[in-house]
Amino acid sequence: MRHLVSIRDLSKDQALDLLSDAQEFSLVNSREIKKMPTLRGRTVVNLFFENSTRTRVSFEIAATRLSADVVNVSSDSSSVTKGESLRDTAQTLEALGADCIIIRHPEAGAPKQLAEMGWIASAVINAGDGSHEHPTQALLDALTMQQRFGQDLTGLKVLIVGDILHSRVARSNLLLLNTLGAKVTLAGPPALLPDAFAEMGASISHDFDASLSDSPDVVMMLRVQKERMLSTFQNDEARYINDWSLSTMRAGALSKSSVIMHPGPMNRGLEISSEAADDPRSAILQQVANGVAVRMAVLRSVMAVDA
Amino acid sequence: MTKRTVLSSDDINRSLKRISHEIVEATSGSNELLILGIPTRGVALAQRLAKNLTELTPLGPVACGTLDVTLYRDDGVSASRRPYQTDTPIAGIDDKIVILVDDVLFSGRTIRAALDALVDIGRPRQVKLAVLVDRGHRELPIRPDFVGKNLPTSADERVNVRLVEIDGIDEVVIEQ
Repeated sequence: MRHLVSIRDLSKDQALDLLSDAQEFSLVNSREIKKMPTLRGRTVVNLFFENSTRTRVSFEIAATRLSADVVNVSSDSSSVTKGESLRDTAQTLEALGADCIIIRHPEAGAPKQLAEMGWIASAVINAGDGSHEHPTQALLDALTMQQRFGQDLTGLKVLIVGDILHSRVARSNLLLLNTLGAKVTLAGPPALLPDAFAEMGASISHDFDASLSDSPDVVMMLRVQKERMLSTFQNDEARYINDWSLSTMRAGALSKSSVIMHPGPMNRGLEISSEAADDPRSAILQQVANGVAVRMAVLRSVMAVDA
Repeated sequence: MTKRTVLSSDDINRSLKRISHEIVEATSGSNELLILGIPTRGVALAQRLAKNLTELTPLGPVACGTLDVTLYRDDGVSASRRPYQTDTPIAGIDDKIVILVDDVLFSGRTIRAALDALVDIGRPRQVKLAVLVDRGHRELPIRPDFVGKNLPTSADERVNVRLVEIDGIDEVVIEQ
């Protein structure tokens, strides 16, 4: 695997291999010395054209755990603000010695361009492109589900709720969970969940409570992305909370064995209540911890000499 | 391709029995022994040694585990070489007498990686090395403490260790 741009690039076996590697790496988390020399001497660049703390820090920790050197470049501090093209930026970073470029970009398809246009030889990892994909998030979510429900996710009922339209997390999760054989239902108001998503292999629901009565194994709440939404819902927060928030009451009605997930950052009180987020069934912090393990596995895989 | 069997199933068993006795002797029957196998075939050998040692010493079962060195190798990250689980006792490896076990000792680079992996987990009192076959051609100053069989080979020969647990048969063959 030379790059990780989209979940579509992964076969089921490749995905399962990555997840099993990540499971090994997750055990390193509990060691006193968490660092290993695997990528010693390699340089990893976090090229972020969009704000992100958790994903960038997670990649940074993952790379340093493997002894790579990490450089962070964010758009507001780079020549990008002076109008440099993505191609020039990437080629410059490579000339400076980057072996792997982790890119987050507001435009869908930017990572793919970087990986496939022949501009650079470095490995490329997509850390989120617009509303398109966020493959490492999907992998860390799948790892979290495996840890709770066992390695085989076939038939697992996953309900993804909220602003599906703007969510790269939802897209990548849907693709990966389909590959792994889980049953995905997407739920959200019609304005944020176009019917076209059914073509990607999901069941579509516009009624949260009806979907909950189907007793899903996993309820994954998505962040309401105020910065990506124009005026669709902004004016009507109260109605959104009423219809689509995982309230304390809705969480209470979930089965004991179900798992509550959220990719973060959370708007407590908006798409999820504080009580639901801190519920014993919540796997939200486990997701964060698994992020490091998954990114270690991906970094190792794309930087293998025979990748 | 020519193939020559150098150790039969009986030979392997005898070698492991002898090594077990040598370990007891060298460690004065210590109850701090920890046998760590290097994947894949080192693990099966380590389990057999631990079983032998448990029978030889009156101090209860001898601890056994797995030490994966994939992430510590110096020959580049390889996609085909995936990490195994490292599995050491919950009590840790501090102050233990660790016996590293591998099937074939060749360049010594795997053992170099194993020593690095080991110090990231803890600080054993002593580390010793047991191998089923020492085929020479060392590239690093590393030597085994316990050897099943010294096997002079030429560099273009392959030494294949096959074990019942993994390959369904116990044998050591040289192929060229």
